[in-house]
Amino acid sequence: MAAPETSTAAVPSLYTNNALRNAFGGVLSFFILLLIGVMAFSIRLFSVIKYESVIHEFDPYFNYRVTQFLAKNGIYEFWNWFDDRTWYPLGRVIGGTVYPGLTLTAGTIWWLLNSLNIPLSVETVCVFTAPIFSALASWATFLLTKEVKGTGAGLTAAALLAMVPSYISRSVAGSYDNEAVAIFALIFTFYLYIKTLNTGSLFYATLNSIAYFYMVCSWGGYTFIINLIPMHVLLCIVTGRFSSRLYIAYAPLVVLGTLLAALVPVVGFNAVMTSEHFASFLVFIILHVVAFVYYIKGILSPKMFKVAVTLVVSVGLAVCCAVIAVLIALVASSPTKGWSGRSLSLLDPTYASKYIPIIASVSEHQPPTWPSYFMDINVLAFLVPAGIVACFSPLSDSSSFVVLYIATSVYFSGVMVRLMLVFAPAACITSGIALSQSFDVFTRSIKFQLPGISSNTEVDAAETSSATAEAQNDAVKTEKSEETSKNRPSKKSKKKEKEEKPSTKAKAEKRLIALPLDSSVISLLLLILLGAFYVVHCVWAAAEAYSAPSIVLTSHSHDGLHVFDDFREAYAWLRHNTDVDDKVASWWDYGYQTTAMANRTVIVDNNTWNNTHIATVGTAMSSPEKAAWEIFHSLDVKYVLVVFGGLVGYPSDDINKFLWMVRIGGGVFPHIKEPDYLRDGQYRIDSQATPTMLNCLMYKLSYYRFVETDGKGFDRVRQTEIGKKYFKLTHFEEVFTTHHWMVRIYKLKPPKNRIRGKTKKSKSKTSSASSRAKRSGMGKKNPWH
Amino acid sequence: MRSLSFFFVFLLSLFPILCFSFNPESPTDRRVLVLLDDFSLKSSHSIFFNSLKSRGLNLDFKLSDDPSLSLQRYGQYLYDALIIFSPSTEKFGGSLDLAAVIDFVDSGHDLILAADSTASDLIKNIATECGVDFDEDSSAMVIDHKSYAISGTEGEHTLIVSDDFIQSDAILGETKIEAPVLFKGIAHSVNAANSLVLKVLSASPSAYSANPESKLLSPPLLTGSAISLVSVVQARNNARIMITGSLDLFSNRLLRTAVQKSGSQDKYDKSGNELFVTEISKWVFHERGHLKAVNLRHLRVGETDEPAMYRIKDDLKFSVEIYEWSGKSWEPYVADDVQVQFYMMSPYVLKTLSTNGKGLYHASFKVPDVYGVFQFKVDYHRLGYASLSLSKQIPVRPFRHNEYERFITTAFPYYGASFTMMAGFFIFSILFLYNK
Repeated sequence: MAAPETSTAAVPSLYTNNALRNAFGGVLSFFILLLIGVMAFSIRLFSVIKYESVIHEFDPYFNYRVTQFLAKNGIYEFWNWFDDRTWYPLGRVIGGTVYPGLTLTAGTIWWLLNSLNIPLSVETVCVFTAPIFSALASWATFLLTKEVKGTGAGLTAAALLAMVPSYISRSVAGSYDNEAVAIFALIFTFYLYIKTLNTGSLFYATLNSIAYFYMVCSWGGYTFIINLIPMHVLLCIVTGRFSSRLYIAYAPLVVLGTLLAALVPVVGFNAVMTSEHFASFLVFIILHVVAFVYYIKGILSPKMFKVAVTLVVSVGLAVCCAVIAVLIALVASSPTKGWSGRSLSLLDPTYASKYIPIIASVSEHQPPTWPSYFMDINVLAFLVPAGIVACFSPLSDSSSFVVLYIATSVYFSGVMVRLMLVFAPAACITSGIALSQSFDVFTRSIKFQLPGISSNTEVDAAETSSATAEAQNDAVKTEKSEETSKNRPSKKSKKKEKEEKPSTKAKAEKRLIALPLDSSVISLLLLILLGAFYVVHCVWAAAEAYSAPSIVLTSHSHDGLHVFDDFREAYAWLRHNTDVDDKVASWWDYGYQTTAMANRTVIVDNNTWNNTHIATVGTAMSSPEKAAWEIFHSLDVKYVLVVFGGLVGYPSDDINKFLWMVRIGGGVFPHIKEPDYLRDGQYRIDSQATPTMLNCLMYKLSYYRFVETDGKGFDRVRQTEIGKKYFKLTHFEEVFTTHHWMVRIYKLKPPKNRIRGKTKKSKSKTSSASSRAKRSGMGKKNPWH
Repeated sequence: MRSLSFFFVFLLSLFPILCFSFNPESPTDRRVLVLLDDFSLKSSHSIFFNSLKSRGLNLDFKLSDDPSLSLQRYGQYLYDALIIFSPSTEKFGGSLDLAAVIDFVDSGHDLILAADSTASDLIKNIATECGVDFDEDSSAMVIDHKSYAISGTEGEHTLIVSDDFIQSDAILGETKIEAPVLFKGIAHSVNAANSLVLKVLSASPSAYSANPESKLLSPPLLTGSAISLVSVVQARNNARIMITGSLDLFSNRLLRTAVQKSGSQDKYDKSGNELFVTEISKWVFHERGHLKAVNLRHLRVGETDEPAMYRIKDDLKFSVEIYEWSGKSWEPYVADDVQVQFYMMSPYVLKTLSTNGKGLYHASFKVPDVYGVFQFKVDYHRLGYASLSLSKQIPVRPFRHNEYERFITTAFPYYGASFTMMAGFFIFSILFLYNK
């Protein structure tokens, strides 16, 4: 979208002189960037227009609640916040367990706006944080790609990123999650790294550390940065691209970045203790060794140097072996080899499903399917290889970084669907390079062959800038050959190089590529068509696929639009009808929403930090009524909330999640066995289901009185009639069921006031008859019917 | 006329206060409904009824099939307690039935139920609901050939004596019942696993339950000490129930009879029945053994206001006041076994409270080094006393970022290391830059 504009806009500027043309190009790209920002923002507003300005999904509700707390109580209270309304009775130290970047960002925006007398609510600020930051992210993409391949590629990549569906899925208005700001921080950190690498400026290196700090504040994905950059440094060293600029780009980042990262309470000493950060320190050491070797090489004669090398290598090897042995022993002594579970499941994709069901149970931790690649990055999937090829001609420090970035992120996205988000910017950058390079080639061939345009005209603006970028990268080689003892970069010499290089280089390239006119035109049209497809797909994805807030559901049927607002109905019921200190038990998915929307204490929530506690709830849900009552009672639970989709066909309900409850519960309490819930390995709830399944609490709470709806008890999610239709609850009583039965709330009955004597044959008839009469009488009084 | 109407309005305005059923401030029952098979019981059991009346209880005698029978009106209970002395009633009159009686108990009211050999299914069902099982054989009575009362008239040994009382001053009062209690009626048993029901008067080991008129063909189901003669139940809401298989236990005849246990030389002029039924009725009507705990307080040491949250390792003071109802007023309850728990899934602190003898119990302890949502719990369950279970939720937070100790001596090497590092870097920079 932007790329055609640049190239066509460049045509009239051909006849003007160089300076004016550059100025015009600068202004034009400024406005294009502005428009890209506006587009990135506005394409994410479909959710607000189609639904309403609400916070989406699960985690954003927690972030919203934290932001509210921050706005109300200030930063110190937030830092020291001990939340006694989640993880009852353990509580959670929010200040020390949360990545504060997003919250602080939104809190600052809110505070700024309020001090400017713009009285926006915290919720509004939270809703629109993600779109604002996606605009920033596309600008950061522009900067990064510009550093790699010039302005044209930068603009194209920015335009692609502004509407890549994968990123939209996590940053629509209302999707107030860490990733919303983290992707911007990620790209911006990479940009500053490349910028430092290209300029060798300590100023940018410091900025880079600060950007890294912001990334650490924002998202646990910062470990990707602190592993990718060392990998790139290592690559540079191995391929003989070591330079003082590399040193300046890396060493301050490790030292300052680690110090700053340790300031974030949630990271703390992890920044130096865990294996995720180990690579950066190893490369830091290697970098110093290499720098030292280069220094020695400079001051010694070649002969002396050889002697020194043999000496040092023999001694050094021995020392290294000892150090490595100690390190290995240290790392091996920890059961997870010093890695966190999530990182391990990245390295070994089968790890989570084998050992940590709680990670495997989250749908976004599953590997993606092929269609999801096409859905999330669309045509970029085809452009990425071309972009990688373009990065290799010629290969510079910065373009090798892009290649490394895309190679690693492709792997990670293949392991976890959630990390598609890290892959998307890389795909946009490489595709932007590919698109812009091919536009370059085609337009140049057209220009070259069109009558009236002399063949020796200078290349257009886009190409000049790309050439400059390459020139800077070429400086690496020249500098390396210089072998100066002090590798301090002097700006003057660099500028000189910049001036002399492009002309020769550009001429050489131009001579190479000259395609026939007709094929160029056709290819151009096809490329534009491809871009158009991409835009259409992105807009469709933004409007239809990724805008649903998931707390409000809609469905289209022959008699119009149906809105299912059951979740908020249930949470409002809880807020208005229960005591402030009452505890609500539910599966952990609904924990954040319950605390944020209903303001009630929950037992477990989406911050799955305590596996045992979750397993306790899982065990209760998979136990028979009495055992479950005892577990819940020991946790002071008063209400149990289950999500049930059988009436309206809402597939992600608790019955479908139930096997995970069994697995997680059984992982800690071995009397819960998964095979007990499966009939011949099949999970079913119809008449063939096992008695354990039909008697467990989750089944009972989900299907209690379900048969009264249609007389048969037909479950529309499982597409079958339920196995046990008529049963009574002995230890729980139904207190609320939402309009579409999607959320059902039960109350624990208090312990019996009296303990009955033995029931005797002659009497049982009369007593049960009377109690039945009593119950049916109570059934009629049910308030919600 | 005018003043009369004023008076009427005044009475009406007083009505809701009069109707207030279970008053936590003075828990003794005042209005008692007595259900009888026929009014002759009024005179045959007059001593028992008069003793109740003399204690200020307001007895309302009704026939059990009275069609106007009703325990509540407009959702308010009309009575504080119910005495069912109508063992043969198959069906109550009016709106009263099994469920109504049980609801009456479940809403915190008291019940005395006496059966005899004519006991109907209805009466037995009420007992079963309360956790007491009467002998299934409707013609069976308690027979004891060893500890029967020596009297000239009968040879069946169904009038038995028992002095196997429960050892509880709260239930039976401080005066020891010297004379044994005469009992004539049917046996019941209680489930040993049922923690709410207590055997107040048990039969001797030689007793059994059978039909005295027929020959014993098979071994009796209920024998020996398993037979309970009088049982009491204290429900979880502290409603109190007394159940016995003998209506005669309360009768003037047995209250006034001289008693001599077979095989014993001790002869008493008067049976223990009068003292026994008086004392146990005191317990049932909450004149004794009723505790209340109020003013649960906790403070950080050195402060006067109750905090909303503690920090780990805080020192705190805890206090609670416990009183016992004496029948007229709340008296301080004195015991040395009241404990407080500082509880989060399990008790982290368990401390016996010391008392000042005036009802105030207190303890001070240090909050454990664990954060979370704790509870102060006082769970006090003693035989015969109303059970107390109080809990108060209190969160305990970790240290704030600026509450940790600073400049620790053991950390001086680290401080030294950082400062020498800084100084070294500074000197190195100067040397590197200017030493050419």
